[in-house]
Amino acid sequence: MEARIQELEQIARTIRARIIETSHKTKTPHLGSCLSCVDILVAAYFEVVQIDPARPADEGRDRFILSKGHGAAALFQVLALRGFYPESMLDTYGEDGGIFAEHPPAPSHLPGIEAATGSLGHGFPMGLGMALAARIRDQRYKVFALVSDGECNEGSTWEAAMLAASQKMKNLAVVVDFNKWQATGRSEDVMGHSPLADKWRAFGWSASEVDGHDMAALVRRLRQVPDGSGKPVAIVAHTVKGKGVSFMEDDNNWHYRIPTADEVRSAKRELGVPA
Amino acid sequence: MRNAFADEITRLGAADPRVVLLSGDIGNKLFDKFKLAAPGRFLNCGVAEANMMSMAAGMALSGLRPVIYTITPFTTTRCFEQIRVDVCYHKAPVIIVGTGSGLSYAELGPTHHSLEDLAILRVLPDMTVFAPCDEVELRLGLRAGLQQNAPMYMRIGKKGEPVIHAQAPDFRLGNAITIREGAHVCLISTGTMMPVVLQAADLLAGRGVSARVESFHTVKPLDTARLADLFARYPLVAVAEEHSRLGGLGGTVAEWLAGEEVPRGRLLCFGTDDAFMHEVGSQDYARRKFGLTADNIAKKVAERLDRLSPAGR
Repeated sequence: MEARIQELEQIARTIRARIIETSHKTKTPHLGSCLSCVDILVAAYFEVVQIDPARPADEGRDRFILSKGHGAAALFQVLALRGFYPESMLDTYGEDGGIFAEHPPAPSHLPGIEAATGSLGHGFPMGLGMALAARIRDQRYKVFALVSDGECNEGSTWEAAMLAASQKMKNLAVVVDFNKWQATGRSEDVMGHSPLADKWRAFGWSASEVDGHDMAALVRRLRQVPDGSGKPVAIVAHTVKGKGVSFMEDDNNWHYRIPTADEVRSAKRELGVPA
Repeated sequence: MRNAFADEITRLGAADPRVVLLSGDIGNKLFDKFKLAAPGRFLNCGVAEANMMSMAAGMALSGLRPVIYTITPFTTTRCFEQIRVDVCYHKAPVIIVGTGSGLSYAELGPTHHSLEDLAILRVLPDMTVFAPCDEVELRLGLRAGLQQNAPMYMRIGKKGEPVIHAQAPDFRLGNAITIREGAHVCLISTGTMMPVVLQAADLLAGRGVSARVESFHTVKPLDTARLADLFARYPLVAVAEEHSRLGGLGGTVAEWLAGEEVPRGRLLCFGTDDAFMHEVGSQDYARRKFGLTADNIAKKVAERLDRLSPAGR
């Protein structure tokens, strides 16, 4: 297992480098938000979520929804590396008439996408509907929704949380990419959401906290869905915005800033990825 | 109408295991038969319509056919972005039912009126907008909507609306239905205004004006072939709806008419004013306030016809 964790960590470094390169090349923002959730995406897509890239519409697949749609630049890289489409397709990133933009397209337009997110507070409730569909159709799949802490500002997030609790949706998990920032400030200063894990508990969820950059811990936690409590599962993942590059870490300027060519070179050096 | 809806959705739910009925904490007893006929497929989603709409989209993307039922403003304006993004952008086959539409719940005040729903829903790509005139159209439209692989909005009244169609008409979403033939003027209507429009046609007949009456149960897609025929044949076409004059059936007809290259008949629109109703009143009172009465429609149509051809008919 240890060797596999090291492989996953290497995949995460590669993906971070590609996200940074793409941001520079295509002037795509939200770099900090993408880097904070890379480890969660890699643990989920490469080790936990049961999904076959050759059959992306298989009815029994697990669903993973990037509810924080502004992390799309990370998701696009993950899906390509996972084999949902050729990595060469990403050469068209940001081009007029292309499919790769700042947010995920509709599922019918790109394999591996479960929901066209970007407006916050939509993907998780859609995932709740998918989880309920599994119960109604007697299927065994699980649904994972990755939300941001900023997304926990949205009322619809808590509407879905309450219904998931009353319906005892144990096949549903929410992972909060808790990087402590939202677009224009510290998330705690904008909306008083502390204590976040206790909030999910108070809403009837089985909640726990995890280091969102500890690959082994993430894999372990994501595998424990359902977790035997009979409740939906909330995983509050403590992350660092801009994780992996010293001059981006915990600096909210990188919510919108685009790296220069020099910064791309420095970042790749830090990540140990060849230039 | 809501009883007919409950009855029809019970039949459809019993026959099709994909049908799921979602309610926003209303219709407590109304769906008891559905719950028996389709166990596990009725869900009270609480007073949380935004979540309910997103959830329905997720269900529809996972092989189900969710039907959402709630009082019109709460299933339209309350969760418009969820309809736009989660339902329409994903082309998710969700049927959204707005009950007590228009001024049906006049006495509950403007929070419960819906006089802008046709306007905001018809601008959404892939959305069908359907407003049956009676329970016969409601049943046919609901069945047809479930056969479509796309979203549909269905705007219905409350209870006790008269049946217009004595027999089941030839029905297709998007095709207007001729209710009555007439020679001098055409009255078209959508939704529960039809009884008033038929009364207006009777009053016109008493003045020697023969009025054709059409049910435009589908506001989108608009039956432009029928409109082209009507506007070529009649000097005046009047639209009546329990909706703002901005953006509803009258609005969509006006948009179409403005783009026509050949000369056409004139358009006269009856609907509610661009105003909230601040006083208390019944549906009849509210209709009178906004001129949505047979008397007013007949009078205005006759006056306009006289101005269009003063030589007489």
